[in-house]
Amino acid sequence: MAEAHIVQQGATPAAAGWEPRIIAFLCYWCSYTGADAAGTARLKYPPNVDIIRVMCSGRIDPELITTAFAHGADGVMVCGCHIGDCHYISGNHKTMARMPLLKRTLVDLGIEPDRFVHEWVSAAEGEKFARLVREVTERVRRLGPLGWPQRMRERGVGCGMSLEPWGA
Amino acid sequence: MSEKTDKAGGNGKLKIGMYWAASCGGCDISLLEIGPHILELIEVADVVLWPCAADFKYQDVVNYPDQFIDVCFFNGGVRNSEQEEIARLLRRKSKTLIAYGACATDGGIPALANTKTVEGIFAASYHDCPSLDNPAHVEPQPITQSEYGELEIPRFYPQVLRLSDVVEVDYQIPGCPPQAERVWEAILALVGGQLPARNSAVKVACFDKSVCDECPREKRKVKIKEFKRPHEAMAEAEWCLLEQGFICMGPATRSGCGALCVKANLPCRGCYGPSGEAQDQGAAMIGALGSILDASTEERAREMIDHIVDPVGTFYRFTMASSDLKGRR
Ligand code: SF4
Ligand code: SF4
Ligand code: FES
Repeated sequence: MAEAHIVQQGATPAAAGWEPRIIAFLCYWCSYTGADAAGTARLKYPPNVDIIRVMCSGRIDPELITTAFAHGADGVMVCGCHIGDCHYISGNHKTMARMPLLKRTLVDLGIEPDRFVHEWVSAAEGEKFARLVREVTERVRRLGPLGWPQRMRERGVGCGMSLEPWGA
Repeated sequence: MSEKTDKAGGNGKLKIGMYWAASCGGCDISLLEIGPHILELIEVADVVLWPCAADFKYQDVVNYPDQFIDVCFFNGGVRNSEQEEIARLLRRKSKTLIAYGACATDGGIPALANTKTVEGIFAASYHDCPSLDNPAHVEPQPITQSEYGELEIPRFYPQVLRLSDVVEVDYQIPGCPPQAERVWEAILALVGGQLPARNSAVKVACFDKSVCDECPREKRKVKIKEFKRPHEAMAEAEWCLLEQGFICMGPATRSGCGALCVKANLPCRGCYGPSGEAQDQGAAMIGALGSILDASTEERAREMIDHIVDPVGTFYRFTMASSDLKGRR
């Protein structure tokens, strides 16, 4: 259901009042608390980000990110504790190695670098989080919709080009 | 025996078909690799379609009643309109349709072309390749007028599709090609009605665990210091290739082959597709690699990562068409 929702939103063409849809994965201990701090401090940032809280950035499977793009996200953010601050000690060391590698792969698949952002946000960095969301939303807005599901449907993924069978 | 694999009337033998679409032909050969078992197979089954080995025409298939073929092994992905037509035709004529091999299951090597545009593929194939002689820059056209009238050839699709992108598939047998031993086990299970309930997501003739699980090499639980390619260094025998820095797709690849390549001193290239619950083999491999890099700073991690040549081609070598993103934008 959540999936269908994303597809629907992402499918809105740029002309018809399109708004960037950005998925942000935040770790519980630092970055989510940071986002919370931004809220408590009443910092303004655009409402285009859907936050998904995970226990640790080390639990953010790269597949969650490819899935988000494949289902219609226009941008994805990954935030975790600064190196040295991870609640689980080395979770973010894995993030630190995975995300740049994933980014290289996504860029090779035609996803602009600005659509995928990986940053460290501490519990005290509400201001940084708000700024990050503003920047990312603006950059993605300039890039326009990614529209992965529609693109793939146009190429026959999941349905073929629907020709009638021989001797039908 | 399930209702659908019931032996179809006549001589009481199972009617089987094997078809090739966008594939290299290796799958057809791999079926023969079951060796003397082929005689046992012929005892219980009649071949009613096998373009690689027997002389049947498309019209013969058209003339078969619906559901005439008991089991159809379909190898290769769908790259053009002819392949889609035949896939739909065979779906209608078969009780059980099996995606056979990496290409039918996950797109396989041909689906690596999903990282290119049709224009780029045509430019490389008909104009830019150094060994070509095409001064008039001719490109195949779907319809051509000739002295014999109008000629039509299949339309080239914008990207390689899996069989399950086009029709409902009952089972998938991964592998490039599937290993004969596993295939024979699957055929026996099929004949005996012991396959799991049909569902295109079910992969048979393989196991859920990863190739590492079948791999005899020693894991020393050390992290990767630097990446190497197989031609750049000698691999130490009996030690996990990945730990030595050779990118081995073992951790992200479904088992069933018996770790063939690793036993031959070559890293696994991932031909059995994603293991376990994973859908996206490349993302799974990125996840696995990220946890075993010996890098304590972001700079060092980036430096190491920059050493990986062609991440898309390496991590999605056989599974571009079944990955989350399916291809390049
Ligand atoms: S990574 Fe490769 S060499 Fe290492 S255990 Fe797994 S399959 Fe074997
Ligand atoms: S080791 Fe890997 S590439 Fe080799 S046959 Fe097995 S799954 Fe395929
Ligand atoms: S808990 Fe924040 S990155 Fe691990």
